[in-house]
This record gives sequence, C-alpha cells and structure tokens, in this order.
Amino acid sequence: MIEPALRIEGLCKSFGSLVATDDLHLDILPGEIHAIIGPNGAGKTTLIAQLSGELRPDRGRVTFAGRDITSMSIPARSALGLARSFQITSIFQDFTALDNVALAIQAHAGHSFRFWRPAQKDPALRDPAQAALEHIGLGDRGDVPAANLSHGEQRQLEIAMALATEPSLLLLDEPMAGMGRDESTRMVELLQGLRGNHTIVLIEHDMDAVFALADRITVLVYGRAIATGAPAQIRADAAVRAAYLGTEAADA
Amino acid sequence: MDPLLLLEQTFNGFQFGIMLFLIAAGLTLVFGIMDMVNLAHGSLVMVGAYLATTFIEWTGSFIGGLALAIPATFAIGVLVEIVALRTLYRRNHLDQVLATFGLILFFNEIVRIVWGPISLYSGLPDYLSGQVEFIPGAPYPVYRLIIIAVGLAVAAGIYLIVAKTRLGMLIRAGASNNEMVGALGINIKSLFTFVFALGAVFAGLAGMMLGPLTSVEPGMGEPWLIQAFVVIIIGGIGSIRGAFIAAILIGMVDTLGRVLLPEFLRVFVAEAAADTAGPALASMLIYILMAAILVVRPQGLFPARNG
Amino acid sequence: MTKRQIWLSLITLVLFAIVPPLTIIFDQPFYMDMMARIMIFAMAAVSLDLILGYGGMVSFGHAAYMGVGAYAVGILSYYGIDNGFLQFPLAMAASAIIGLAFGAMSLRTTGVYFIMITLAFAQMLYFFAISLEEFGGDDGMSSMRSEFAGLIDLNDSLQFYYLVFICLGVVLYLLHRLVQSRFGMVIRAARSNDKRMQAVGFSTYRYKLAGFTIAATICGLAGALFANLNEFVSPDVMHWTHSGEIMIMVIMGGIGTLIGPVLGASAFLLLEEYLPEWMDMVMKDAGEHWAIIMGPVLIAIVLFGRGGIHALFTSKAKAKGGNHD
Repeated sequence: MIEPALRIEGLCKSFGSLVATDDLHLDILPGEIHAIIGPNGAGKTTLIAQLSGELRPDRGRVTFAGRDITSMSIPARSALGLARSFQITSIFQDFTALDNVALAIQAHAGHSFRFWRPAQKDPALRDPAQAALEHIGLGDRGDVPAANLSHGEQRQLEIAMALATEPSLLLLDEPMAGMGRDESTRMVELLQGLRGNHTIVLIEHDMDAVFALADRITVLVYGRAIATGAPAQIRADAAVRAAYLGTEAADA
Repeated sequence: MDPLLLLEQTFNGFQFGIMLFLIAAGLTLVFGIMDMVNLAHGSLVMVGAYLATTFIEWTGSFIGGLALAIPATFAIGVLVEIVALRTLYRRNHLDQVLATFGLILFFNEIVRIVWGPISLYSGLPDYLSGQVEFIPGAPYPVYRLIIIAVGLAVAAGIYLIVAKTRLGMLIRAGASNNEMVGALGINIKSLFTFVFALGAVFAGLAGMMLGPLTSVEPGMGEPWLIQAFVVIIIGGIGSIRGAFIAAILIGMVDTLGRVLLPEFLRVFVAEAAADTAGPALASMLIYILMAAILVVRPQGLFPARNG
Repeated sequence: MTKRQIWLSLITLVLFAIVPPLTIIFDQPFYMDMMARIMIFAMAAVSLDLILGYGGMVSFGHAAYMGVGAYAVGILSYYGIDNGFLQFPLAMAASAIIGLAFGAMSLRTTGVYFIMITLAFAQMLYFFAISLEEFGGDDGMSSMRSEFAGLIDLNDSLQFYYLVFICLGVVLYLLHRLVQSRFGMVIRAARSNDKRMQAVGFSTYRYKLAGFTIAATICGLAGALFANLNEFVSPDVMHWTHSGEIMIMVIMGGIGTLIGPVLGASAFLLLEEYLPEWMDMVMKDAGEHWAIIMGPVLIAIVLFGRGGIHALFTSKAKAKGGNHD
C-alpha cells in the first residue's frame, strides 16, 4: 500500500447555500501527475484554495507529508514542500525574472532577518536562481523586468518560482492559461520532465495537455469527484461524458 | 454615584452615539462600495453646520434654515463627488488619502475665507432650548432629545432603504462586491454619486444639529472624522448595522467612561492618582476598545465583505 | 542605484553639510536652525518611506512616534535627567515598543482598515499626551537640551546642526543597506505581491512588523532631536495633520527612494515658510490663506506628479517604480 503524497478526506466547503466542495475524498500518489478537471463552477479553484491554505474547509482533513495540514498557514505548507502556481499570473512585476526566482530560493534559505548584505548580489541566491531559470528555459531572460516578459514567459516564471522552493508536491492552477499552441507544447514538455521527481496536481481546461500529461484524472462536478482513474478509463466513463466531456467536445 | 447623573450621562452617551452614526453611515458606505478612503468627510459635517447657521440667520427660522441646508448639502455632495472624487476611485489608497487630505485643507480654508476664522454662534430657538422632565427630578434638555429622535428616525429610514428597496439592495451588493455590481450593468457612476451625496447629507445633518451644541469653526469636522473611523473599524466596513451598533457602543463607552473611570480608579489607587489617570485613560478608552475588538475580529463586528 | 541617483544623493548631502559655514559667512544663524528642522523632518519622512514606499504600508499615524521620542526626552528632562546618552536610547526604545505594539495589531489588517487603524492609534496617543496634566497637557512643557557628558554642546547651534546631520547621514546609510538586504527584499516584494510571498514561503507579517518597528524607532530619534531643537514638547507634534504632512513630504520628494523624502521635507517646509510671504507679495494679506493654494497643489501632485522631485532629476532611469535604492 503506497502512502499517498496528499490525502483529502471528507472535504466540505460552502459559501452560504452554495456548496463548493461536497465531501471530497481523494488520494494523490507520490510521483504522479494527477489532473483535476471539471466544468466551470465545479469547485476546482475552491479545492486548490483549500489545498494551498487560502481557504479553510468547513469539514474534512488534508494530510500532506505525514502531517495534518488542514489548518496550516500558507507559508508553513510551503516549508513542508507544497508549492503552487496561480491561474492568474502572480509574480513580482517590479523585479527582474532572476529576482523573482531568487526570492523563492530566499524563502527557504533560513530566516531573512539579515539587514546588511545586498541580496541581489548574493551568489547563494543568484546561482540557484539562474540554474532554475535555465532549467525552465528562461536562462537568458534573467535581467528582464518580469512585467516585460511575454505572457508565456511569465507562466514559465510562475513554474520556476514554484520549483525553486524545492517542493515535493506542485499544485498547478491552469498553467496553460492564455497560452498559444507552441507555448503550450513547451509547457507540456517541461511538466513531463518533472514527472517522478515531483508529485503534480494539475488543474487544467486544455484537454490535449491533460490527456498527454496525466497519469490519473479526477473529474469534479458540483464539488464532488464523480470519477477517478487513468485517462483511457475517464474517456470511456459514461457519467463523465454526460457531465463534462460531452460539452467539452462541443467546444473543442 | 448619583443615579440621576448616571442616567443623564447615559442619554448623553446615546445622543453622542447617534451623532457618530450619522457621520459614520455615509463613510462606511463609501469605504465599502467605492473602496475609497475619504478623509474629507469631516469637512461635510462642517459644511452642514456652516450652511445651517447661515440659512437660519437668513430665514430667521431654525426649521427653515435646516430645510434649506439639507438640499444644499446634498448638492455640494454631488458636486464634490463629480468634480473631485470620481478620479480617485481607481487610484490606490495612498493617493486617495493624500488627495482628500488636500481637500480638507481646501475646505477649511474656504470656510475661513467666507465666514472668517472665528467660531460662529449657532443659537437655538426658544421652543427648543428648554428642558423636559419626563423622569421626575431629572430635567433633560429638549434639544438633545430631539437629536436622539431625529437620529433614530434617520437610522430607521436608512434601514428601510437598505433592507427594503432596490436601491438598498444595490448598495448592499456593492458593499459586498462592487465589481459584480458594475458587471451587472447598473449605472455605477450614478449609484456612487447618489450614495456619496446621501452620506454627505447625513454628515451635514449631524453638523447642523451639532452646531448649537458645540462651536461652528474651521476644522470642527476632523475630530469627528477620526471617531467615525473607529466606529467603522469596530462595526465593519460597509455595514450600516455594524456602524449603528458600534456608534452607540462608542458613544456610551466614551461618555460613561469619562464619568465612571475616575470613580472606578479611586477604589484602587489614591485619589490624586485616580484624578490624573482617570481622564487620561478615559480619553483613550474607545481606542483601547477598538484594539481589543481588532485582536479578536480584525474585520470588525459585522463586515459586509466576504473577502 | 543609477549614477544620477548617486549624484543627487551626494549633492543633497553636501549642500546640507555646507549650510552652517554659509550661514556664518552671511551672518544668518536663523537658517541653521531652520535647516536642522528640515533634516529632522527628513529623518521622520525617510523612516515613513521605509514602510510606505518600500513596504507599501500606508501608515497614517507616523507623527505619533516623533511625539513619543520627543516626550521621552521631555519627561526625562522634567525629572532632571538631562543625560543624552540615557535620553536618546530610551526615546528610541520607547518608540520601538509602541511601534511594535501598534504595528502588531494594525498589521493584521490591510487596505482601508490599516490606514484608519494607524490613524486611530496615533490619535489615541495624542489624546493621552493632552491628558498628561503633569507634563503640560495641551500646552506642553519646556525641556532642556540634552547633555552629552561634555563631548558636544547642543546649546551651540552649529554643534547641534552637525549632530542632526550625522544622525540623518547614518540613518540614510543604514537604510540604504537595509533595503538591499534580504530583509529589504522581503519588505519590497511583499509590497509588490504579498500573496505570492506567502505562497513562496515567507511569513510576511513578522517582517512587516519588524520594518514597522524599525521605522518607528528612527522616527523616535527624530522626535528626540525635535525636542532638543525646540526645547519644548507638546502634543501638537502628534497631531494627525502632521502625519499627513510627513506623508506629503515622502510623496513630494519621491516615494520609494531614500533621498527623495529628504528633498520632499525640504520642499514642503520651505514652501510652508515662504509661500505665505510670496502670496502677500501678490495680494495683500493673502498669505494667511496659504492653505487654499497648498490644498489643490497637493491634489495636483497626487494626480500628476509621478515620482516626485526625485524623478524630476533622475527620471531617465526607469519606467515603473522598480526600487533599487
């Protein structure tokens, strides 16, 4: 019996009379790429928020790295090895790409009550940051202010920052959002390269990417997981087709 | 402690609270719906007081004066909103703070130029300046009772508007999520202008009623402004109900605190120490209360926003 | 820092350094005290800029810490303790403690709440000071200049001036290092995107609180010097309009820079001093209504003045407010 990397038990979250997460049970296995899909309003964003720490569930439990993280603060989860990227690009616009990643590294390099040495010249931060940028394909864009990067590059930067915190689990919230064909292909390759070293929970609407990447897929509808399994299984599942893939095929 | 004195102070505290509510009501809506810091709200209190004093003089009638001052204040509210505040909505809070700070300087100076720097006398007509003894042995100024009555009436009116009308629904929706309301196609600009002008009227009304009780002078609004802030912090931004409860709470705590605290302290320390520490602590009381509530509920008692 | 920024900072400091000899040559000693006053407010403004410009915390009660520092000196002086070596550290410690306390409560909130709460706490201190009958209450009380065991005589305007100058210089240098340090990066990045900072693993609250406390401490030093300058302390220094004025100095001078607030303090205080005179020259007795010019000027600066005086001299540098100071 493999110990799950992340275990979700009986998770419930309501906003007034709106039930966003409805008694959700899910195990994420170590090293897998697990995609969570579902129609809009299915509660994917709410789920991510509860996993990352932005929202506290009403009921239920989330276990990660052997600890109950249900009520843990966001920075504490990051310290345990949980990293996330945001659906709407959330980087440090006023800083260069290198600075962005360096900050992520700094966060896990002990406390930052250091008042004297210039951080932007510190090789202990710069070198790993540069390496992370190269790994992600932005090696020569380090000195560009983040605001001046293209949309696709910014999404890449998001991933780089998440990776720089040396996480064991990555929560990726629509990493392909707003990307064109080429950029999406590059991103898929990148994520495939991460398989094995990291566990990835992926929320995505881009079905090509999902079926290319995912080891397993969970389908979320009205806050409930209606199916979990390998991509081929999910494709064939009648309930899933009815609820989700049917309309997706019409849109595709 | 003389129970009649205590009773009188309780009424005073309630009346003070009602005044605070009138001033805070408009402000909390502006904060909540427009997400805008408006430091110049105190100036509206002042403007109301000055207009009322002048109109009362012109018409020779207290009621007549107010009847003119109220629409005048509304008009000024509309003007200020359109000319000065509209550009500030999209700006960050720092810009709003500074710009409305500039407005305060401007308003105080305008008032000084038009009416002079010396405080105006705003008197009460005879029929309002007496005392009434509805509790035997405890005469209480009629005017203060009127203020309480008017304040409660306005509070009831606000409640009716906010809870029972379509406009009120828009206001509550706006306080909860102003982007959504705009997305629904409601004419946001007009809504904002109306809400602001309405708040201006309430603040001005408070100023008008305060005139006879305190001095009408440049800068009279600012102390009220800061206390209104405390009301909003405690009550929760965007919440009328919160503002009402917080305002009454603060009115009572402040008024009764000033009376009771020195007495209370005398039980524990020497009289001289109590008499120095008493007033000192009393003046800080509402802020200490604010801090205590913040520790437990940083969003205030009844925050309108979910985020 | 770009070359232009370095030049601007150096020239400003040199100008301040040569004020005393100039005032002696032209026999205008009044200006030494006036410039000392500007430097003291510059120190307060720089300390505010740390949390406001770099940290993004719109603290509207900063003048309170100047008051704490001033009163610390005044109260000690009242009880016969004129030793500067005791007064100044205590003034800074008192400001630090109060800054820590207020900051701890205020920083649990953001946005509009934060602004109002910092204002309310400052107001609380103001009323507290007024109620201190023993120390002059509303009227304030006089205080002696601090003694520094004969090393320096603060009664001499020249020596006092250079003490302030050195303090300001040291503060500027220390902050220059601080904003570039790891700590500084946290504060600045938290301003840029606090949510991201937390997601990446920083508990931003404690760093912001430390920054807030540091700013309060520096402002307390300014207050201690202020008490010495005026030989007087009163609650007025904590009046909330002064908090607004310090903020104006930061914006006018250049938010998010270090020499900016120094320029802003100079500009603001010089305007305050000479605008009435200039208005009188245009129209008799207009000067007492200087606020009617000041108000709209302020609004105009807010709406149109990107980057303040600092940007006027250095704007070739960069487009968006990337702080490298």
